[in-house]
Amino acid sequence: MTQNSKPFLSVEALTVNFPTSDGIVHATENLTYTLERGKTLGIVGESGSGKSVSSSAILGLHHYNNAVVSGQIWLDGIDLLQLSDKEMRLKRGKDVAMIFQDPLSALHPYYRVGDQIAEAYRAHNRVTKRAARARTIEMLARVGIPQPDRRVDDYPHQFSGGMRQRVMIAMALINDPTLLIADEPTTALDVTVQAQILDLLQDLQREFDTALIMITHDLGVIAEVADDVLVMYAGRAVEYGTARALLTKPSMPYTWGLIQSVPDVTASVDKPLRPIPGSPPSLVNPPSGCAFFGRCEFSERVAGNRCAHELPKLLPIELGHSKRCHLEDTSIMYSDSAEAGVL
Amino acid sequence: MIAFAVRRTLIGIVMLLAMVLVVFVLFFAAGNPAKDVCGKFCTPEKLKQVTKVYGYDQPISQQFGLFMKGLVVGRDYPVNDAYRAALEKSNPDLVIHCAAPCLGYSQHDASTVNADIVKYAPVTISLALYSFILWIFFGVLFGVIAAVFKGKLLDRITVGVTLVVYALPTFFIGTFLLQFVAIKWRLVPYPTYVSIADGGVAGWFSSLLLPSLTLALFYMAAYVRITRAFVLESLSEDYIRTARAKGLRTRVVLFRHGLRAALTPLISLAGLDFAALLGGAVITESVFNYQGLGLLAVTSARNSDLPVLIGLVIVAGAAVIAMNIIVDVLYAYVDPRVRLR
Repeated sequence: MTQNSKPFLSVEALTVNFPTSDGIVHATENLTYTLERGKTLGIVGESGSGKSVSSSAILGLHHYNNAVVSGQIWLDGIDLLQLSDKEMRLKRGKDVAMIFQDPLSALHPYYRVGDQIAEAYRAHNRVTKRAARARTIEMLARVGIPQPDRRVDDYPHQFSGGMRQRVMIAMALINDPTLLIADEPTTALDVTVQAQILDLLQDLQREFDTALIMITHDLGVIAEVADDVLVMYAGRAVEYGTARALLTKPSMPYTWGLIQSVPDVTASVDKPLRPIPGSPPSLVNPPSGCAFFGRCEFSERVAGNRCAHELPKLLPIELGHSKRCHLEDTSIMYSDSAEAGVL
Repeated sequence: MIAFAVRRTLIGIVMLLAMVLVVFVLFFAAGNPAKDVCGKFCTPEKLKQVTKVYGYDQPISQQFGLFMKGLVVGRDYPVNDAYRAALEKSNPDLVIHCAAPCLGYSQHDASTVNADIVKYAPVTISLALYSFILWIFFGVLFGVIAAVFKGKLLDRITVGVTLVVYALPTFFIGTFLLQFVAIKWRLVPYPTYVSIADGGVAGWFSSLLLPSLTLALFYMAAYVRITRAFVLESLSEDYIRTARAKGLRTRVVLFRHGLRAALTPLISLAGLDFAALLGGAVITESVFNYQGLGLLAVTSARNSDLPVLIGLVIVAGAAVIAMNIIVDVLYAYVDPRVRLR
C-alpha cells in the first residue's frame, strides 16, 4: 500500500494492556479505525470501555505509565508507535493535540492561562516570549474569550467552566495540529455551554481542516458532530460505521441499548427510561465469549449459546457499517421495542 | 496583602493574649509560687514575707494585670510597692527594673526572665536555623528523587533508610554522633557552642554541625516521606497529563509543573516545624550540653522556677503564632487561588 492511498489516520490492531498485581488489564484490544482530515470520528462507550486509553496511545502518553502498547498508529504516513520518546514528544502538542474532560483540573492552578498556552507554543516554536504572548492573545480571541489581552494574565480559577474549556481549546490548537482528540470536552459543562463549545470545535475544525476524534458517552454530541462512530465496549470495538447508519439502524444490542437509554424530552413523563441492566465485565479476566453476554437481551436468540463461549468478530454488515455480534436478524430488536431509532 | 498581614497580626496578638492568660492562670493559680521562691528551708515567717514581697498575696486578677502591664510598659521588682520604696532608700541596687516586654523576674536566677531568654536564645535560634536548612535541603532533594524513581531501587533504598532514621530516637543519634564521630573517631572537634562574635561565621558553623545534624536527621527523614508523597500526588494530577500532551520536556513537566504544586503544602509544614524548634530542642541541647532554651526549660522546671517557665511558654507560643502569619502570607504568595481578602 503506498503512502498516498493510506488514510490520514489509521489505527491498526491497537492493543493497550496494563500489567498490575491483580493481572493484566486489557484496556484496549485489537482496535482498528481510520480517519481523514476534516472529518470527525465519535468514540462512544461507558467509563472504562477503553475509549480514553486508546486515544491517549495516539499521543504516546502511555510512555509515562507501565502500559504495554502494540499495533500500529499511522498518522500521515508515519507509525507513531515506532517513534522514539523524543520524536513522539515533538509531535505531541504540535501534530496531535488533546482536549481533556475537566478543564479546571487539566489546567495548572498556579500559572496564568496565558503562560500555560504560550508554553505549548514555545515548546514547538523558537519564538520570543513577546511573540508567543501575541500569538496566545490571538488564539484566545479566536476561541471567543472576551478581552483576551486582559484575561491572558488571569489564573484558571478566575474563569468560568466554559471559558476554561475555551482556554484548553486555544492551548490545543495553538500549533495548528492536524489531529485533535477531544476527550469528553463537554461533560463537565452546562448544557447551554456544551452547544457553544461544540459549535466552536466544529468551526475551528473547518478552519484548520483538522481530523477530530470526539470521545464521549453522550449520543446527542455524536449525533451533532460525528461523521463516523465507533462504539467501544470492554476495550473492544463492537460497532463501527457512519453516524447515520449507527444512529438510525444500530445493529449491536449494546448500541441499541445506549440509544434506548437516552431520555426523550418529548416523551410523556410516565414513559420509563430503559437503562441497560448490569455492569461491564472486568478487564482483568475478560470472559471468553461476547463481553456483552449477560447484559444482552437477545443472547438467547442466538443458537447454540454461542454468545457465552465464542467471541464474535467485527464483521461488515453493509458498506461502511460493521458489528461484533452473533445476532443475525437485527429486526428482532426493533420489533421488541415499541419505538426504534429514537434519534 | 498589607491589610491581610495587619489583620492577621492583630488576630495573632489576641491569640497571644489568650495564651498568656491561660498560662498565667494555670501556673500561678495551680500551685503556690511563693513556696517555690521561698526555697527548701522555708519557715512560716519567711513564707509570709515572700508572699507579701512578691505580691502573691494580691488577687490573681491583680497579679495578671501587673504581669500584663509589665509586658506592655515594663515594671519594677520587688512587686510590693511599700517594700520597694523602702528598698530604694536603703539599697537601691536591689531594685530591678524590667523593661517592656517584661516576662517576669526569676528569684532563682536572680535576673529578669528576659535576660535569661536573651542569654539562652542564640544557641536555640542557631540550632533551629542550621538544622532547618539541612533538613529542608536534603529532605526535599531525596523526597523528589524517591518520587521520580518511584518503585525503583533508588526509591526503595531512600524510603527504607528514612524509615530507619525516623525510628531512631534523637538521643540515640545525638549520643552516637558525640561518642563516635567526635570522641572516638575524632572526625570533628568536640562540639561546644561558639558564637559568631567569638569564633566568626566559620567557628559558629562548625560548632553547630553535630547537634544540628542530630536535630535535622529526624525531620529530614519525615520530610523525605512527605515530599515524596506530595510530589507523587502532584504527578498524578490531570495538569501533568496536559503538560505532557503539550510536548514539554520531561524535566519541565517534573520541575515546573509537578514540583511547584508539591512545594506549596510543604511551606506550611516547614514553617510550623521551624517555629516549634524555636521553643528549644530539649533532647539535642541536653545531649550536647548546649545552653539553649530547651535546656533552660528543663533546668527551670527542675527548680520550679515558674516565672522562667511562663516566659518560655510565651516566647515559644509567640514564635508559633508569628510563623503562622508568615506562612499564611507566603502561601497566598505562592498559590494564586488563595488571594488575600
